[in-house]
Amino acid sequence: MPQLQNPEKIDLRIWEHPILSFERGRPVHIFLEDEKLEAYLGETVAAALYASGIKVYSKSIKCGRPRGFFCGIGKCSSCLMRADGIPHTRICIEPVKDKMRLTYEENRGEIPASNVPVFEEKKISVDLVVVGGGPAGLSAAVTAANLGVDVLVVDENPKIGGQLIKQTHKFFGSKSTYAGIRGIDIAKTLLNEMQKVDTKYACETSVIGYYNGKKHLLAAVQDNRRLLEIRTDGIVVATGARENVLLFPNNDLPGIYCAGGIQTIMNVYGIRPGNDALVIGAGNVGMIVGYQLVQSGVNVKMIVEAAPKIGGYLVHASKLRRLGVPILTRHTIKRAEGKNHVEKVTIIELDENGVQIEGTEQEVDVDLVCVAVGLTPSSELLFQAGCKQVYMSELGGQVALHNEDMETTMDGIYLAGDVSGIEEANTAIMEGRIAGAKVASHYGKNKDEAVRIRKESLASLKVLRSSPFSEKVLRGKEKISELWRKTV
Amino acid sequence: MKNYEETGVLTSDQFKLPTKARFERGPVAVIECVQRIPCDPCAYVCRFGAIEKRSIIDPPEIEYDKCTGCGECVSECPGLAIFIVNSNYKEDEATITMEYEFLPTPKKGEVYQALDREGKAVGEARIVAAKMKGKQTFKVTIAVKKPFAMTVRNIGKRLR
Repeated sequence: MPQLQNPEKIDLRIWEHPILSFERGRPVHIFLEDEKLEAYLGETVAAALYASGIKVYSKSIKCGRPRGFFCGIGKCSSCLMRADGIPHTRICIEPVKDKMRLTYEENRGEIPASNVPVFEEKKISVDLVVVGGGPAGLSAAVTAANLGVDVLVVDENPKIGGQLIKQTHKFFGSKSTYAGIRGIDIAKTLLNEMQKVDTKYACETSVIGYYNGKKHLLAAVQDNRRLLEIRTDGIVVATGARENVLLFPNNDLPGIYCAGGIQTIMNVYGIRPGNDALVIGAGNVGMIVGYQLVQSGVNVKMIVEAAPKIGGYLVHASKLRRLGVPILTRHTIKRAEGKNHVEKVTIIELDENGVQIEGTEQEVDVDLVCVAVGLTPSSELLFQAGCKQVYMSELGGQVALHNEDMETTMDGIYLAGDVSGIEEANTAIMEGRIAGAKVASHYGKNKDEAVRIRKESLASLKVLRSSPFSEKVLRGKEKISELWRKTV
Repeated sequence: MKNYEETGVLTSDQFKLPTKARFERGPVAVIECVQRIPCDPCAYVCRFGAIEKRSIIDPPEIEYDKCTGCGECVSECPGLAIFIVNSNYKEDEATITMEYEFLPTPKKGEVYQALDREGKAVGEARIVAAKMKGKQTFKVTIAVKKPFAMTVRNIGKRLR
């Protein structure tokens, strides 16, 4: 792969990685205000800027505080810039183009007098739309398509596969599904299966709303220039989740990112996110990202966990400990400091009631903080479509009421994966299969096979959820089933 | 609450070890996996039927007399929790085979810091074998002083 000339310039790209190989397109140039920067086709704007050491993209409107990317997957709006004249561009999911011009937005940004994008319109009719191309969505699509349903998958990210494409570790679970295979390879397998049944997918396509109609009607924007009007009999909403934030002074400093954002920059685009890191949260996500940071050459100084015990699997914790990474339970972050970027954090011990113990503060010099303190289902589309919702803390927040077939209270609208309650990829895959099979059974195409897949996947889910780590989720799912029986 | 739930470090008294006699017979898999998590590749891949999982949730149970120390399970375990220990390597040395997922890739003959389960340096580790399995899985065998066979679980800085 050709490396750009300009040795004096900052390049945070990772050119050698123990597990991943990064496919970069042709080198191009982009302009930030008047500065000429290098980028590679296939990178997002945020990735390219970050690789050049530029980590501040916008300012908060009231206080003018610097903003970096936070989520890295188009959900948090912290990275809005003007790209080729278009205001409010989410640069974390906007691919670079040669000679692209980027400018910082003043205040709230202005609609350009000229150069307004002209939308093409396109009408699509399909049996089933799957919104979100992660493990749940892809499984739903593959299952339904295999049973003869005409499926379209839409995903707002430049690359399909959801969070799978960021996972360097081998997955747990049953060998009869995807256990022992790295997340990146599971994504490839699912995509291959989808291509085998000739199922279409559209990346960079954001569903912007649900509308009334004879059939279900979704509006979506594709590639920022095409308005899609999608009429469909069935919708599987597999939009995943967004990450939780943690309250502490200066938690908005650039350099403080959520786990998925770091994984995107680091494992999808191959950019070293920092030199010295602190991870908040010793659940599986925090520990996996901690390990992945070490794989990318980052010095992980410690993981702090507010609970008295490590939340994730011991085997993940052990992998980090034998690398020399300390895991401090009953510790949290008290504050972060830095001028335009995080430079230092203060951590503090917690007593048995979770109250900070004065005098136990320690200062840690870091330029990267990974926040891995849980997720909240991305349920917006379901609610907007009119699905009845409930608050279920065991499942991570507001979720659409659903039954074990992943049906919502709206006819023909299903859900699968984290949007139905925060879990992990294996269970998301099973829920996707159930939803896909259920859709297929409605259309009367190979009904027996649909029934068999449904039964098999329900049994797998039950087994996957029998671990003590699933107790909370299971409780949430049982409560939901109970409410479903009362309501429907 | 179990100690390891707080520390992330398992100690040798918290899982079933091969007998002394079995250790002396040569390579054997040591499985450092004690929690109930949904996972079964180790039992699935073992050709000798030495690893049993009563259910996908139960921790693996290993029949050390059936285990040949072939190491198939090492590269299959998603938790990187299986190590092949050969206490019979040399008179004063034992070897440990494990998966290694970092750069630079160790090469045969190089000497690294030997690290224990807490990442502390406890002497030296000589690379006696290093090979790729498939495209991304790298297995390394290190020789350490015999008393450290059940202590060393990683390598740190390269020394020479």
